[in-house]
Amino acid sequence: MKILVCISNVPDTTTKITFTDNNTQFNTNGVQFILNPYDEIALARAIELTEANNGSVTVINVGEISTEPTIRKALAIGATDAVRINALPHDAWFVAYQIAQYIKANPFDLILTGRESIDYNGSKVAGMIAELLDIPSVSIIKKLDIDGNSATVEREIEGGKEVLTIPLPFVAGTAEGVAEVKIPNMRGIMSARTKPLNVIEAVSVKTLSDVISYETPAPRGQVKLVPADDVAKLVSLLHEEARVI
Amino acid sequence: MSVLVYTENADGKFKKSTFEIVSYARAIANQLGTKLTAISIGTVSAAELAALGKYGAEKVLNVSNDKLKNFINQAYASIIAEAAKKENADIVILSNSFSGRGLAPRLGVKLEAGVADGAVALPDLTDGNFRVKKTAFSGKAFAIVELTSVNKVISLTPNSYKVVEANSTASVEDFAAENKATDFAAVIKDIVRATDKVSLPDADIVVSGGRGLKGPENWGMVEELADLLGAALACSKPVSDAGWRPHSEHVGQTGIAISPNLYIAIGISGAIQHLAGVSSSKVIVVINKDAEAPFFKVADYGIVGDAFDVVPKLISAIKQFKASA
Repeated sequence: MKILVCISNVPDTTTKITFTDNNTQFNTNGVQFILNPYDEIALARAIELTEANNGSVTVINVGEISTEPTIRKALAIGATDAVRINALPHDAWFVAYQIAQYIKANPFDLILTGRESIDYNGSKVAGMIAELLDIPSVSIIKKLDIDGNSATVEREIEGGKEVLTIPLPFVAGTAEGVAEVKIPNMRGIMSARTKPLNVIEAVSVKTLSDVISYETPAPRGQVKLVPADDVAKLVSLLHEEARVI
Repeated sequence: MSVLVYTENADGKFKKSTFEIVSYARAIANQLGTKLTAISIGTVSAAELAALGKYGAEKVLNVSNDKLKNFINQAYASIIAEAAKKENADIVILSNSFSGRGLAPRLGVKLEAGVADGAVALPDLTDGNFRVKKTAFSGKAFAIVELTSVNKVISLTPNSYKVVEANSTASVEDFAAENKATDFAAVIKDIVRATDKVSLPDADIVVSGGRGLKGPENWGMVEELADLLGAALACSKPVSDAGWRPHSEHVGQTGIAISPNLYIAIGISGAIQHLAGVSSSKVIVVINKDAEAPFFKVADYGIVGDAFDVVPKLISAIKQFKASA
């Protein structure tokens, strides 16, 4: 069984987000980049599945050379090999198109992504890859099991869950619950240095969207503190001032 | 050109978030001086469909077919794309719901459309551009995305656009689209939905508990408070990681991002990752015994006190308020 895990290089979850150049560039100064947390879940499940079914896990990233430490981290966690498509990830469409082209030439039984990246939160790459390959996709799964040529997945829905069976190959975006993330051990870290990391060039694709600028949320006013022994005051503030109850 | 809006239903009923996107789509159609068509897939009553006119839809395409009763990502995407072509719609609008997140990327590819996901405002059409403000960095910022393609897909963040009632009626017509056999490759085996609970992503009020509640056995009062307010339940990451509450209730940077009218955080300190997922709530109330908790810095109202003392008092104060209202 061959699994492809699409990974993103994103700012660490503790990053304070700021912008430069008149709010047109994300300020990467001092920012630590990490493997997207949802992608770590996808990777962990892919490793578990291939351990059980004797297969391999390839990780793929669309990024410039600066993303290689994140790719090596994925190799240290247990991916078999890695591919980096050498380009700035312009948007989800650009990334999905590059990865779909790679899959057309190198077929996989299963393609996993995180449910979203924690920078642009689009949840788009999985569905776009699937549409480009004309195969099924399922967004935001909480459970994934493989049985022969098909899989059983649990998908999150408003107020509940849905259980589906899907024939391989398909694309899924993983969320919490699919697997516990794996911490690389020393042997993994050592072997990651020599595992194959193939760099390929991007293909050209029509641009459909551009990020023009950024905004930060308006700061809230000073908090109004209500004494713990006058909770009724809070209720009347919420009713009369905030008008939310 | 025209605007097409996909109106999602749950068990045959439209939700508030559906009326939000129809209102939003109406406003965009007005900006562009064009007409608005809605498309509904599943089993929805004629009266329910016609009621979409109240929010500004001029025409409703109804796809009603047993095979399509429940959401099948590929099949629904094919139908919506067909409808967009038939209606000559260059803008397709849907909710950034769980299903919407499955549909938007497929529609983007099918229609060769730029996709603005998680929109929070109407597009800015100044100088002939088409710029959409969307959440980014898990709620820590917004990005202004310009869609440069002819066709455009926008998914709207729930609770970010107010429902507007228009003075119009909608005609309803049946619509049939061809589906390929492969559109039905994914087969639904089971749907488990707690119909008595408010769903978290589109809830107006959310009551959330953190580690300060000490253990899952103490959630009774949190649930009671949520029930009283008609609120959805949520929790912080440590709580779901510890297995006190299900992952589906985890709000924050690596959980669900929400934007309710009222968010009540109990025993949550307010780590930056948690704040990211809840900062677009309109009003934030924090109850924490630690006056130095970072959450107070981004809250509108706060009570410094022990949750085990404050929450029962809050429950009785709300009961009293409801009795007098």
